[in-house]
Amino acid sequence: MMGQTLAEKILSSKAGTDLKAGDFSVFSVDVVLAHEGTGPLAVDQFEALGKDRAASNGLFFSDHATAAPRRELANVQQRMRRFAAEAGATFYAPGDGICHQLVAEEWAAPGLLVVGADSHTVSAGALAAFGTGMGSTDIGVALAYGQTWLRVPETIRVEFTGTLPNGVYAKDLILELIGRIGDDGAIYKALEFGGPVIDTLLMDGRLTLANMAVEAGGKAGLCASDEITRSFLESQGRGNSFQPLAPDPDASYEQIVKIDAGSLSPRVAFPHFTDNVRPVEDAGDVSIDQVFLGTCTNGRLSDLRTAAAILKGKKTASNTRLLVGPASRSIYKDAMKEGLLDIFVDSGGLILPPGCGPCVGVHHGVLADGERCLSTQNRNFKGRMGNPDSEIYLASPATAAATALAGKIADPREVMA
Amino acid sequence: MTDIIKNTCWVFGDGISTDHITPGRFYHLRGDIPALAEHTLEDANARFAAEARPGEIVVGGKNFGQGSSREHAALVIKQRGIPVVLAKSFARIFYRNMVNVGIMPVICDTSGFETGDKLKIDLANGSVKNITRNTELNFSPLPDIMRNILAEGGLVQYLKKHRGFVA
Repeated sequence: MMGQTLAEKILSSKAGTDLKAGDFSVFSVDVVLAHEGTGPLAVDQFEALGKDRAASNGLFFSDHATAAPRRELANVQQRMRRFAAEAGATFYAPGDGICHQLVAEEWAAPGLLVVGADSHTVSAGALAAFGTGMGSTDIGVALAYGQTWLRVPETIRVEFTGTLPNGVYAKDLILELIGRIGDDGAIYKALEFGGPVIDTLLMDGRLTLANMAVEAGGKAGLCASDEITRSFLESQGRGNSFQPLAPDPDASYEQIVKIDAGSLSPRVAFPHFTDNVRPVEDAGDVSIDQVFLGTCTNGRLSDLRTAAAILKGKKTASNTRLLVGPASRSIYKDAMKEGLLDIFVDSGGLILPPGCGPCVGVHHGVLADGERCLSTQNRNFKGRMGNPDSEIYLASPATAAATALAGKIADPREVMA
Repeated sequence: MTDIIKNTCWVFGDGISTDHITPGRFYHLRGDIPALAEHTLEDANARFAAEARPGEIVVGGKNFGQGSSREHAALVIKQRGIPVVLAKSFARIFYRNMVNVGIMPVICDTSGFETGDKLKIDLANGSVKNITRNTELNFSPLPDIMRNILAEGGLVQYLKKHRGFVA
């Protein structure tokens, strides 16, 4: 039998038969997720199918409204809570955290199939789970039947070679990749991340990479499962969910992209597309009104630590608001204990509840006309943060912290020890 | 679903996102599809949102529907009575959502199409004729499972009829 990519391996194991790229099959799903924006419609479809008990692990998250800023969203959260209780699913309340972070902490494991009514469900790929986003109807169906249909994707293998220079992080790697292959460069494909840089990249960084696979159009963003995966699972009390999973050496890839991490500088994605990527040193003079540090992309403890190290003892620029959103309750608590929240507050920032914050334009930092926000989130489409007359720039936590101090896009390497 | 569609089209560029189709500031309207549909594609072309009539055709470039998984992007297009969307390529979640809600996504080279062009689309034979420009294109059929889902009008209808997934 031919060697398999990670995607082929995981999906073959789920189907109980050898599958290769291009094959269609129906699969049993392990985890199904939705949130305020997509849950109600999924519940509608579940009910339209005439079911009353969830056939798979159904998770409903309150992360887009933390807590609800208007009655429509409060009603949505109430509906999800009641549905979960009746149908045997799990409800996460406002303040618990962002869906993808909680899935990484509590549910994802190597070899699982995770489907979610959110495009960033690809994040689970960091733990070698096949995670992919779908619409509410597909999710309602997965809840009702415990199944979904998929076409096994071809894989684009991305090899990150060399070593990460000071001031350059996983976020810069993934922005560089998307800048190179384009926001449709991986359409319908799985991205498989590998190479020496990934072999030593801790789970926080792997989650950043996997999270943004969809920004290149990817169906999944997969990392092999290794000792770093085991260590992460053990830290979450889930060590017995570990299994090693790697692509076969003779796996067949549609394309292999090689990126020399050692040659990179911090990257910034300019408005209004995720592939509009430039080196930070080519950003020019761009004043920034709001910096947002957080989200499923970069709201984890190592992200907060990196930013706090830069902001410690300093004040943010007078023209720049700093918003900080830890991605989950446990990260919030750890950041608090380590004194990171003090650093952000002392520098002039404000702390948001664990959740998506301003990323989706619902609340907590909608932009004024003509304003610019530099964010550690994953998407900068026109109008995403609630005002089409605004601009969104994407960067790493280090770049975000340096920018908050300078009041304009700034190179973190110039302010780091 | 009618096999022959003949109407004028509205043309959009590459990379039309789900934020163009259903802007984030209307998040709270997701429970009210008719209200949300009034803003369809508003940030890409305000005239479309205000003036597009049922039956008219949406034409995109590359990566149409990129971004969010929000099915509401497909639902508002359906709500506005648009029977088909043509694009050079579709973002995969949006493509799936179109089929799940019962609208045909047609992948073909839409270069040169302009808003106001009169189109004739033959879904059975897989052809698109731009009557205004006197050009004709062919397109490939959907994968079997998607064709079967669309034939029933959407995924829920398909599953209710077959009482589950047909292997």
